[in-house]
Amino acid sequence: MKTLKPLNGNQTIAEATRQVDPDVIAAYPITPSTAIVESIAQFKADGLITGEFVCPESEHSAMSVCIGAASAGGRVMTATSSQGLALMWEMLYIAAGLRLPIVAGIANRALSAPINIHGDHSDTMGARDSGWIHLYSENCQEAYDNFIQAFRIAEHMDVRTPVFVGLDGFIISHSVEVVQVEDDAEVKKFIGEYKPVYSLLDMSRKITVGPLDFTDYYFEHKRSQIEGIENAPAVIEQVGKEFGLTFGRPYGFFEEYRMEDAETAIVVMSSAAGTGKDAVDELRQEGLKIGLLKPRVFRPFPYQKMAEALKKMKAVAVLDRASSPGAFGAPLFTEIRNALYDYAERPKVINYVYGLGGRDIKVEHFKEVGAKLEKIRKTGKVEEMCGYLNLRES
Amino acid sequence: MSKDVKAQEAKNPMEDFLRMDRIPHIWCSGCGIGVVVTSFVDALRKSEIDLNKVAIVSGIGCTGRVAGYVKLDSFHSTHGRAIPFATGLKLGNPEMQVVVFSGDGDIAGIGGNHFVHAARRNMDILVICVNNFNYAMTGGQVAATSPINANLSTAPYGNFEYPFSLPYLADACGATYVARWTCLHIRRVTMSIQEAFQKKGFRFIEVIAPCVTLYARRNRLGDGLNLLKYYHDNSEIRHGADTRTLDIGYQGKMIVGKFVDREKPPFLECMNTHMKKALGDKYVPYGE
Ligand SMILES: Cc1ncc(C[n+]2csc(CCOP(=O)(O)OP(=O)(O)O)c2C)c(N)n1
Ligand code: SF4
Repeated sequence: MKTLKPLNGNQTIAEATRQVDPDVIAAYPITPSTAIVESIAQFKADGLITGEFVCPESEHSAMSVCIGAASAGGRVMTATSSQGLALMWEMLYIAAGLRLPIVAGIANRALSAPINIHGDHSDTMGARDSGWIHLYSENCQEAYDNFIQAFRIAEHMDVRTPVFVGLDGFIISHSVEVVQVEDDAEVKKFIGEYKPVYSLLDMSRKITVGPLDFTDYYFEHKRSQIEGIENAPAVIEQVGKEFGLTFGRPYGFFEEYRMEDAETAIVVMSSAAGTGKDAVDELRQEGLKIGLLKPRVFRPFPYQKMAEALKKMKAVAVLDRASSPGAFGAPLFTEIRNALYDYAERPKVINYVYGLGGRDIKVEHFKEVGAKLEKIRKTGKVEEMCGYLNLRES
Repeated sequence: MSKDVKAQEAKNPMEDFLRMDRIPHIWCSGCGIGVVVTSFVDALRKSEIDLNKVAIVSGIGCTGRVAGYVKLDSFHSTHGRAIPFATGLKLGNPEMQVVVFSGDGDIAGIGGNHFVHAARRNMDILVICVNNFNYAMTGGQVAATSPINANLSTAPYGNFEYPFSLPYLADACGATYVARWTCLHIRRVTMSIQEAFQKKGFRFIEVIAPCVTLYARRNRLGDGLNLLKYYHDNSEIRHGADTRTLDIGYQGKMIVGKFVDREKPPFLECMNTHMKKALGDKYVPYGE
């Protein structure tokens, strides 16, 4: 039966995992995602999960267990954050390279050093070229919905690529919201049965996984891996639509908020988008024609759709909760600015890095950005292309 | 009472060894970690070691916080990697007395591989491991030391995996000094640390400590005092005990004492001797 439940972000991931009931779950504790694993352990102990639950000795081992289990044809999940994801790094590439549809819930957290347990996107952005699909969630409901869809996307025959589902550490992982939890049977029906194409334990058809691949075929195999993630947009779109038809909450690549007649726009992912929407409402009341675009899918990057949505703007500010030291702008900014390059008519695009290590971002900061965009709209001049928000600099 | 006396009284007796600006610490009342820190400070004091020549490295965890609180050169590294950081530190400056101070999860779980190899190559470091039978910092999950049947947040109906016996592991890997105590044996811990300071090579001291908030509460074992009583009633000092006999069952008997004290050239000495043999006069010994 579908029910409304008060759940925090971690609990929504655990709840979705219980419903999906993967064959193998392997995870190592780390703040702020630990509660995902703990809830799953409780579900398992109470017999609500039939799959195996393993507590390995590190995240590197946890991802290795996932890879083993997925190679054996299992449906597999894990959860981690920050240093845990960083420690998985070697294995992330293996999972993607072997086309294993593993799903990982990531309570996004800053990376050391200095050590910090609060939310930012440095962890998943650090793994942005690992070949994984990235979905980001604004709130607990989206975390739940994304996590269920992730299995469909990852396991699709044309895709077979692992998926991260990001939810902001503490802000979402630890905040309780009323979440629509769908009926167990309906969720099971939605994700369907997982049928691996090749599996190690299919004795009628023996295979080998991960053999040496030198100058002869490595390149071709890498290309075919890339094709998997390039096939993902159609699947993500289809699954998002179907999710809407089944459960009443459709999903696309991004959400547009008050963008219809907007002349300037703020692009921001995850929990900060909620604050951003409030700021847009206030700025609208003050007479500014501003909107907000919240990306949900970062990899594969929906560059065409994103550019179409933004090309008519006069000025766009892209807010990144991760830095890319030495790069020309932070990750989301470089994608968007690049996507707009071929359009003759295109907005001025500026970048702000915000919220590193959990630094708060408030309505007033978004309004600061709104005012900057308005100035650019009027003058057509950009004074500073890449800056920081709510940072002491002196 | 004169002002001076009052001021003196107000001074924490360990103030000279602590970063007072970081105090109050985060440890729960009844936690055993502070006791081990006190013993460590006491051992430093009694050994009259030049504090400028002591460095301390911690991993991440409740115990890992030690590096941030003691007023020594200290390194709060990453989860599981304290021993390799310490290895680098020691090799970078062989004059230093390098101490690793960390939790059981850090040292024997995620960092287990490093523990095994540092002991194998007889790296000249002292490892003090506070064993509270769980990953405390993250909320009491099952660890590589959790006794069978103990209840942990990721083993809600009890642990069924065999735990490590840390002294046995250290011995098997070649450590030169191996001891185990509990938080009740504070003077013994101090003496053990003093003794270990005098020795060379991979030295390992395990201190069983109460985690009142997680391990004890989940298992309904009472408060810090109850646990000390358990240590009192169930620990038996048996120096030189065969390290194969040191398993700890859930709330079972604990054999404590000094189990290993052997002489063996540490890593740098082995390297210098070997390379001198191989290269003769061309070889410039390092760190001698
Ligand atoms: C790579 C990585 N994984 C996980 C964590 C999360 N984490 C921090 S402390 C800790 C466990 C600490 O347990 P232990 O070492 O036994 O020390 P205690 O807290 O019990 O003193 C974990 C799992 C981390 N910081 N880094
Ligand atoms: S949680 Fe346990 S180990 Fe950590 S400070 Fe509290 S009592 Fe000590």
